Amino acid sequence: MLLISAIVSGLAVGSMYGLIALGFHVTYVVSNTVNFAQGSSMMLGAVLGYGFAVKLGWPTPLAVAMSLALCALFGLVVERVLVRPFAERGSKAWLMATVAGGIVLDNVVLFTFGKEPRAFPSFLAQKPIDLFGAGVFPLQLIIPVVGVGIAVALQIAFHRTRPGKALLAVVQNKDAARLMGINVRSAIAFSFALSTALAGLAGMLIAPLFSIHSDMGTLFGIKAFAVAILGGITSAYGVMLAGLLYGLVEASVTALIGSTYTQIIVFAIIIIALAVMPNGLLGHAAAKKV
Amino acid sequence: MSELTRRLLFAAAAVAAFAGPAFAQDTLKLGLVAAMSGQSAKSGEAIVRGLSIAIDEINAKGGVLGKKVELLVRDDESNPAKGAVAARELVQREKVVGLFGGLDTPVSIAIVPFANQNKVPFMGVWAAGTPITRNGAAENYAFRVSAVDVLVDKALVDYAIKKYATKKPGMILINNPWGESNEKGLKEALAEKKMPYAGIEKFQDADVDVVPQLTRLKEAGADVLFLVANVAPSSQVVKSLDRMGWNVPIVSHWGPAGGRFSELAGPSSERVHFIQTFSFAGKLSPKAESVLAALKKKYPEIKSLADVTPAVGIANAYDAMHLMLLAIAKAGSTEGPKVREAFYALPKYEGLIKTYDKPFTPTNHDALTSDDYIFTHFKDGEILPLTN
Repeated sequence: MLLISAIVSGLAVGSMYGLIALGFHVTYVVSNTVNFAQGSSMMLGAVLGYGFAVKLGWPTPLAVAMSLALCALFGLVVERVLVRPFAERGSKAWLMATVAGGIVLDNVVLFTFGKEPRAFPSFLAQKPIDLFGAGVFPLQLIIPVVGVGIAVALQIAFHRTRPGKALLAVVQNKDAARLMGINVRSAIAFSFALSTALAGLAGMLIAPLFSIHSDMGTLFGIKAFAVAILGGITSAYGVMLAGLLYGLVEASVTALIGSTYTQIIVFAIIIIALAVMPNGLLGHAAAKKV
Repeated sequence: MSELTRRLLFAAAAVAAFAGPAFAQDTLKLGLVAAMSGQSAKSGEAIVRGLSIAIDEINAKGGVLGKKVELLVRDDESNPAKGAVAARELVQREKVVGLFGGLDTPVSIAIVPFANQNKVPFMGVWAAGTPITRNGAAENYAFRVSAVDVLVDKALVDYAIKKYATKKPGMILINNPWGESNEKGLKEALAEKKMPYAGIEKFQDADVDVVPQLTRLKEAGADVLFLVANVAPSSQVVKSLDRMGWNVPIVSHWGPAGGRFSELAGPSSERVHFIQTFSFAGKLSPKAESVLAALKKKYPEIKSLADVTPAVGIANAYDAMHLMLLAIAKAGSTEGPKVREAFYALPKYEGLIKTYDKPFTPTNHDALTSDDYIFTHFKDGEILPLTN
């Protein structure tokens, strides 16, 4: 009983981490940069979804589409303002710039959305259904399906389709890619828009299980980055797998050993795992071509 | 908080104090250091309202020691360092003769040693941390009209025994100093009753899923849950219980009162019974009627009972201000040591929460006891008292 409920909880929460972590994967494989405002992008998705669906009463599909579009737009802004100016000069300052961008967004939302946490009700998170004796909300079963589905889609798109391969070519050699007729800047910008849209989607999926407030994404962002590294950031499958494992370990440690020790044990496991597998679960070492 | 908002608040407080026809040159200044911005901004607003209504009443009768009373408000942003600086500024530059504290225990704990050293009376109106008033100072200037964690914990245990005949309660506590303070208090209260507990589980502010912790408590045979957490994490506990289909009674500290608990936790929020010191709901005393009327008049945005929130902040602050001014009047002076002595010899005062008869003694600086706590729950978005 204890274990079954831990497994169900762990897979549901873990797939949320995986979904946000896929956003780190997408920009990394295209440009070797990541957007550390991923947690804030997730929050943005949830806040916008709440605004359109609950406050303005739009139909759900329209509210979701509009929120995703605005999240993607945020990704374009992040790339243009916080990443490109630094990355093109070979500077690593985009690390700090994207962290700062996230903090700015959190505070803008704090002042516009307000200080009080709000609820984003959904019929998918009201009546629990029985799964091997443990209760789950239907939404908790949908999130892993969406997460795994997106991981598979990304893997196929990057490795089996021409536009996908073109995106991957950018990271290997920008000049060669440009000569082959690939628009490098658009490719990178697209990857950022896709990554923030994924985070926004995660935010809207999590919102009914959680409450919406301006700093809801902070801890998710950090855990998702740990998951991305653990999975080997270059593999979509690896990232999703790491997310599920992270959630499982977190829930099982809490259930079997006790919540006082959860954070200590889980993060210790991450450090050990990275020491043993420096390239993550399914990642591979980047060959340095001279 | 921006300088502008601070000035506006200051101006509002000043206008309230100078409401009389004559613009008094010499006023009796009192300071408030509380969270006026950030997550707990609503608490600061409630405290300002309670204090201001009491000041208006006193000033309408001519003030204290022949002077009008004036309130100076400073924002601590829930930050102990900022609170300490603000207290220093109020005492040393503005020469306030008394300080009031806000919601955050850590901020009050940072201010109290300064108040004791400078012999300025400090009055807590919200923060429930035990060591604020029980601070071990030889000359203790910290008083309080609010709940006290160790007494709350006793009251939670008593309620669980009386209402639910608990044999083996479990604890689900937020993982921060507040949770820790109550872990200690609950353990002591249970030890006094020689009652075992099923377990102690912690959770984080950002935890989406508390089912693993709750399942442990369930397997250990918990028949009642003691909950200590603010409004958003408390609602995650309720949602997780819903999912498990576990219908265990929940007896809670006052965290859920701080926000939109019934919106966040859904219909099951009703099953959380939490402690309060005061509620404006139900049949009101004449005193409560008059305070409510004054609030509505002074703050037009208050239209219904749902807007008088959090009621505890308003009520504690209102009574605390009256007790402070009574002490100053009784002392016939604003000198700290004399006011402190006067706190021990206050005349009987019919307050909003209760009638205070010798509320403070040299060994007890807390005006409210566990008899003054009431248990409440959310019903259709309003906090309603529960009858035993």
